Amino acid sequence: MENIKQNPKSTSAKILEVLGTMASRPSGLIGLVILIFHVSLALLSPYLAPYDYKAIDPTLMLQEPSSEFWFGTDSLGRDVFSRTILGGRIALTVTFFGSLIALFWGGLLGIFCGLVGGKIDDVVMRIVDAFLSIPWILAMLLIVSLLGTSIEVLIPALGFFYGKGIVRVARAATHDVIAKDFIISARARGHSNMSIIWNEILPNVRDAILVEGAMRWSWMLLGFSSLSFLGFGVSPPTPDWGLMISNARGLMSFAYWAVIAPIVGLSTLIIGINLTADAFAKALGIDRSTKAPV
Amino acid sequence: MENVVQKINNLSIGFRSQKGEEISILKNITTEIKRGETVGIVGESGSGKSTLALAMMGYIKHGLFTTSGECTFNSNDLLKMDGRALEKIRGRKIAMIPQNAGQALTPNLKIGYQIDEALRLHTDLNKIDRDKKISELLNKVRLPSPETMALRYPHELSGGQQQRVAVAMALAGTPELLLLDEPTTGLDVTTQAHVLELLKFIAKDTGTSMVYVSHDLGAIAQVSDRIIVMYAGEIVLDGPVRSVLKNPIHPYTFGLLKSIPKLSLAGLPHSMPGSQPQPGTIKKGCSFFDRCSLSEEKCKLNSPQLEYLEELKTSVRCFKHKELIETKNKENVITRNDKKVQINEILNLTDVSISYAKQKLLDQILNRFTDDNPTVKGINVDINKGETIALVGESGSGKSTILKSIAGLLKTKDGNIKFGKEKILQPDVKHRNPNDLRAIQLIFQNPDESLNPNHTVEQIIAQPLRLYFGMSGDELKKNIIDILEKVRLGEFYMTRYPRQLSGGEKQRVAVARAFAAKPDIILCDEVTSALDVSVQAAVLNLLQQLKEDFGTTYIFVSHDLAVVRAISDRVAVLYQGRLCEIGPSKNVYQTPSHPYTEVLLGAVLEPDPDIKPKLVAEDIVEDRPPEKGCSFQGRCPKVIGDICKNETPPWIKADNGNLIRCHLSLEELRK
Repeated sequence: MENIKQNPKSTSAKILEVLGTMASRPSGLIGLVILIFHVSLALLSPYLAPYDYKAIDPTLMLQEPSSEFWFGTDSLGRDVFSRTILGGRIALTVTFFGSLIALFWGGLLGIFCGLVGGKIDDVVMRIVDAFLSIPWILAMLLIVSLLGTSIEVLIPALGFFYGKGIVRVARAATHDVIAKDFIISARARGHSNMSIIWNEILPNVRDAILVEGAMRWSWMLLGFSSLSFLGFGVSPPTPDWGLMISNARGLMSFAYWAVIAPIVGLSTLIIGINLTADAFAKALGIDRSTKAPV
Repeated sequence: MENVVQKINNLSIGFRSQKGEEISILKNITTEIKRGETVGIVGESGSGKSTLALAMMGYIKHGLFTTSGECTFNSNDLLKMDGRALEKIRGRKIAMIPQNAGQALTPNLKIGYQIDEALRLHTDLNKIDRDKKISELLNKVRLPSPETMALRYPHELSGGQQQRVAVAMALAGTPELLLLDEPTTGLDVTTQAHVLELLKFIAKDTGTSMVYVSHDLGAIAQVSDRIIVMYAGEIVLDGPVRSVLKNPIHPYTFGLLKSIPKLSLAGLPHSMPGSQPQPGTIKKGCSFFDRCSLSEEKCKLNSPQLEYLEELKTSVRCFKHKELIETKNKENVITRNDKKVQINEILNLTDVSISYAKQKLLDQILNRFTDDNPTVKGINVDINKGETIALVGESGSGKSTILKSIAGLLKTKDGNIKFGKEKILQPDVKHRNPNDLRAIQLIFQNPDESLNPNHTVEQIIAQPLRLYFGMSGDELKKNIIDILEKVRLGEFYMTRYPRQLSGGEKQRVAVARAFAAKPDIILCDEVTSALDVSVQAAVLNLLQQLKEDFGTTYIFVSHDLAVVRAISDRVAVLYQGRLCEIGPSKNVYQTPSHPYTEVLLGAVLEPDPDIKPKLVAEDIVEDRPPEKGCSFQGRCPKVIGDICKNETPPWIKADNGNLIRCHLSLEELRK
């Protein structure tokens, strides 16, 4: 029990406290630093890139890394460094908004199913299970080939496919609180379902859903890069890590630099998000790795 | 052999706070357990009694450490032993019986196998001898037909039987010291009385020393030779059971005993102000200073030491104990100041039946009610405006089920509930109009569960005000402050979260939320069961005060007959979802009464070693009401014969206005 006379913290103070707790662990600190680095790079890279990312120069094909071209050049003579720092922009944007969509529909549907229960819950969850059993990449390829590869298609499609897992988590978290007396109390007072979801359930499942959303973000990033790698993500010449890896992989044996740079970019970002999400979960007290208390 | 089994010398256990401060949970505990002695350790939650019990086994919870002292068992310091040495002692020399045996037994292993496991670990017997020993042990804890019992799984046993199995397992290693951590807390009153009786028998029979940890002075009084009272991590009183309970010379024990409702006295118990301090908040002076009525300046500055008084054989930690030696523990209560209840019915339950059975589709369509043997059946009660009616019974008696139906959370299958004489309440809360919803409010057992942990007190109390009265802005705030004042909480509580409040404060917030709706009827579901005794008294007093101020009607569900006696005007006794007896509370507590009421009253434990519980009925648990006849036929000590099995007993009216449902005549019931 905290001192009763002390005023409780404001929301911004709470956010700062959570960030502080996250940064107090080495893994959390590393994750945060990587994530902040990537986000700021995505924001600033158009001003930082030394060369035009689409400038082709056949005379400079497959140059080794040098003081002129830090990460070398690719098979069309484009500067790999410029393309690498620019390559995360679209991936981050698409997956960030995709995660928000996934969080929104997955969270709401999960809470709704957990609350109403019964037949509706059964039917909805079986449909979700059915979707979970479809290999997502096949379904994505189908959608993309029918509707095209624009961002307007990719964001909702990814958001839909990665929201299914969130439905399950949100439903489970709702089940934890649904039997508590404060929900029964709200029902007995005659509150509507919407009011119960918004006021009673959401504040108690918010943390679990947010952490799950953060994990989904890193998975979605991998998924989006896979699509690009297969040629269904971003169209050339837009720089994108998945696409860059795909283009340069044939020349890997003698021009490793063209493939290493985007790989490092992609994997550090995923690791960064993962570490941050883990630290976030620990800071909120939802730790999936703690042992039994004995 | 030494006469002392365990000796605890100046033991302090603490933890380090985030700021690096050392905070003590146990402070300078010095005591000893003699051979064959039963010692009761009593204290409220957070007093350190469980930590002490665990330390007696040489176990210190993760995050805690010993700051000073030792805990010796047969002259070896348990706290300095390594794991191997402790293994030889735990289970074999010192055994522990946990609070919830249902959780302590492995669910997928048979009872016999689990006892065998304990025997294999702690004895050198071979297989045949072990099998014999299992039967012997099960016999000793008085479980019926030990051979078949050994083949059962834990979930096939009732709570009392599970607790008996735990006792049998603890006895497997023939321990010298038995530690019991709230072993009867989760059990029904009648089962509790039986288990305590068994423990007493075992203590005498085996000569084992026992340490009985509990918050319940009633249970402690029955089994202990000596009582240790703990407060805020310290021993405040340590002496023979009679001396402690009959003439408590520490103000805390004095107040504690006064705050326990007694069966023999109508009226509310006195409450103690405040609550137990959190560890680390008392830097100097007596830890009971804030709540003590005798305190003076020196109590604030100096910490009293434990002082041994030869003539009473009692140790006490108080400067002013001499004043309390003179004042005997005079029993008095606060008389309730009820307005005379008018015959002005506010709620009628007519032939209410509630069933948990699933209806078949055809019956659902035709709206037919087919369950012949519903969980709750034929409840007829008229409740008058401004009265407090209590529903009592053991778990499974249907008392909470009836409450849920009144609240509209559980549909009645038959019969109806009328509100204010003629208006029939909709069975489903979703179809009730706002005024009916507002009129009936619920207060729950556990405020930890009934208050949303992510809402501030302001948000919690605002909910009914917004919903029913559409308040907002300054008006809303003003009303919240008003209500908080009525439950004796200050304005600054508005911004607190439930986790920042003590148990009693949380329950006050829950009471405030219910009263915010300006209800006509408040349904109280075991509202004091989760609270400490001193807090319970305060909440009971608050409820009574609010009732006197607002004329609210309470329907009070409880398993605790003493609490019911203190607060209620009328009592309805339920068994297996059927009414047994109903009448003014002072009459229900006298003869003639229904055999079940007698059984319940007999099993109540009073904090007085000279009042023994009467064990009349068999300790069995029925999970379904009988198809026909009297609901209590299976356990009734006064059962007549076939008439009880076949015919539903009639209501007979006793001369004092009590209604009793029994085939026996009043004269026979009076015996």
